[in-house]
Amino acid sequence: MTTVLERVRSGREAAGERWRGAPRWVRWALLIAVIAFFYALPNREFYQYLGPIPTPGANFTQVMFTVSIYVLLAVGLNIVVGFAGLLDLGYFGFFAVGAYTVAVLTSPSSDLKTLWPWLLAVPVAIALTMVSGVMLGTPTLRLRGDYLALVTLGFAEMIRIGAVSSEFLKGQRGFNQIPHPPGQYADGRPVFGVLDARPYYWLVLTVIILVVIGVRNLTHSRVGRAWISIREDEDAAQLMGVPTFKFKLWAFAAGAAIAGLAGALFAGKQNFVNSQNFELLNSIIILAAVIFGGSGNIVGAIVGGGLVAYMIERFRGIDLFGVQLYEYRFLFFGLVLVVMMIFRPEGLIPNRRRAAEFKDRRKEVTVGE
Amino acid sequence: MLLEIDDVSLLYGRIQALHGISLTVAEGEIVALIGANGAGKSTTMRAISGIRPVASGRVRFDGEDITKLRADLRVRRGLCQAPEGRGIFPGMTVLENLGMGAYTRRDRAGIAQDLDRVLELFPRLAERRKQHGGTLSGGEQQMLAVGRALMSRPKLLLLDEPSMGLAPMLIQQIFSIITEINQQGTTILLVEQNAQQALARAHRAYVLETGRIVKSGTGAELLHDPSVKEAYLGVA
Ligand SMILES: Nc1ncnc2c1ncn2[C@@H]1O[C@H](COP(=O)(O)OP(=O)(O)OP(=O)(O)O)[C@@H](O)[C@H]1O
Ligand SMILES: [Mg+2]
Repeated sequence: MTTVLERVRSGREAAGERWRGAPRWVRWALLIAVIAFFYALPNREFYQYLGPIPTPGANFTQVMFTVSIYVLLAVGLNIVVGFAGLLDLGYFGFFAVGAYTVAVLTSPSSDLKTLWPWLLAVPVAIALTMVSGVMLGTPTLRLRGDYLALVTLGFAEMIRIGAVSSEFLKGQRGFNQIPHPPGQYADGRPVFGVLDARPYYWLVLTVIILVVIGVRNLTHSRVGRAWISIREDEDAAQLMGVPTFKFKLWAFAAGAAIAGLAGALFAGKQNFVNSQNFELLNSIIILAAVIFGGSGNIVGAIVGGGLVAYMIERFRGIDLFGVQLYEYRFLFFGLVLVVMMIFRPEGLIPNRRRAAEFKDRRKEVTVGE
Repeated sequence: MLLEIDDVSLLYGRIQALHGISLTVAEGEIVALIGANGAGKSTTMRAISGIRPVASGRVRFDGEDITKLRADLRVRRGLCQAPEGRGIFPGMTVLENLGMGAYTRRDRAGIAQDLDRVLELFPRLAERRKQHGGTLSGGEQQMLAVGRALMSRPKLLLLDEPSMGLAPMLIQQIFSIITEINQQGTTILLVEQNAQQALARAHRAYVLETGRIVKSGTGAELLHDPSVKEAYLGVA
């Protein structure tokens, strides 16, 4: 058993080594091929040749849009959990703040009756989520330990309950006729319509690429070093002169802003936002996705967010001996996670640092015994 | 005086760990702080580095009152601690760990110079520069913690049990390095279980007992003090 595991593990490490050792142009070519693949993916002419990949029970293009939103969220949460090591259990709450900000500012059902265009509402949504992140983080990030997890959990529930019960946020009735993103084809048809989900998917994909470039640059700077040092040993980080509180707050706010952006994109596609969109379970799913993919690694977060969101949708419409598999999707999901945490706690595509941290922790455990 | 602690008390919740201690460190000195387990040595270090707030009393460094100053800002003023239990960054390589030591600095040339110096002081680290901190041996991690603190080019270096867990050979070596660092111009406050070595190397020393300073003097004086001999040097 262990020998098989060891072999799989060393095989994967070898693949990692080969990737890092490959010449620059090979890596670029592969990267471009992967990106091109994902731009092409929602076209029927393309995905009909992909065998079992398209989802049987749901419009594949719609599913890909949902998946892309989850990937964006996973990339954002990875900053908070993966880089700065802060446990945020209510990340989806920021997504809700972003979506509701857009809804309130643009929808004719809103009491404000501002009827802004979508694009104008997006920066406001990002700014507001960032502010709510700072407001939530300022009192809690000074404290160590589990306070943050509890407070973020409470925050997400508060937003959800507020959405359900407050007159201003319209509960179940929700906001309708939220405008779409701008843009027209030459013949006057809007780019972002009601029926075709592809343009939205491409928009989110492009946003993901830009955000990933930004995050990568950030992590290779002093900011990234500060985050990693905080995650690894907060006291030691402070003893090296890292203003730990400030950087934790930054990570938290940056993560929140990305979730707000995702929420704004979601609202712009959906046309309709109500309180049912923001269940607590979503926060847990994204957190699980980040850990599943390999927390602390951007590629890991992307793969984790994509796979988890996709797997859940993939179950839809599958009938096994009269049992609808979709009903049991979270059971499978839970099982996969448990198996994963036993055999590969550092995630699918771990960060090499994280792997070393895990080794160090294992060593500590055995020393203590 | 480079460092002056005046009547400092410190609480952990309701437990009082320091009961009004006062001590000084002059520029150029090695000062040792010895005492039994749980006497409050590490706590004193935490009060100085600012990782724990003091309940009362004052801490002055380099002519200024830093009692209320945040820990990371104290580093910028030239006060750096190598924490007890090593406290290195396990997921960073040796070089990255050393780089974190210079986090507050911007003078690239100076940093490169200090890196050379640290790698010269600790050839073991030079051999392992690409290795992750978490995979180093205990002794190597200890060296890394000291080297990393040096990278901030501190005026005052706080060392909390740098010889902990080291083989006798390495203990000798680390104490020689401490003396060498001091001769190169860094003032050092040293906490040690290894009282014999610490007193032999230190200019002055303090003895801490249950959160109070009970004795102080030159290293040589304390080394020959009967009660110190009995309690800390294992000689009846
Ligand atoms: N975080 C904490 N919370 C509560 N009590 C603490 C904490 N840290 C230390 N103490 C207590 O404060 C007292 C002094 O501890 P300290 O770590 O300063 O001892 P020390 O002299 O460094 O001992 P050692 O030689 O074993 O390292 C001890 O009684 C210890 O139990
Ligand atoms: Mg101690």
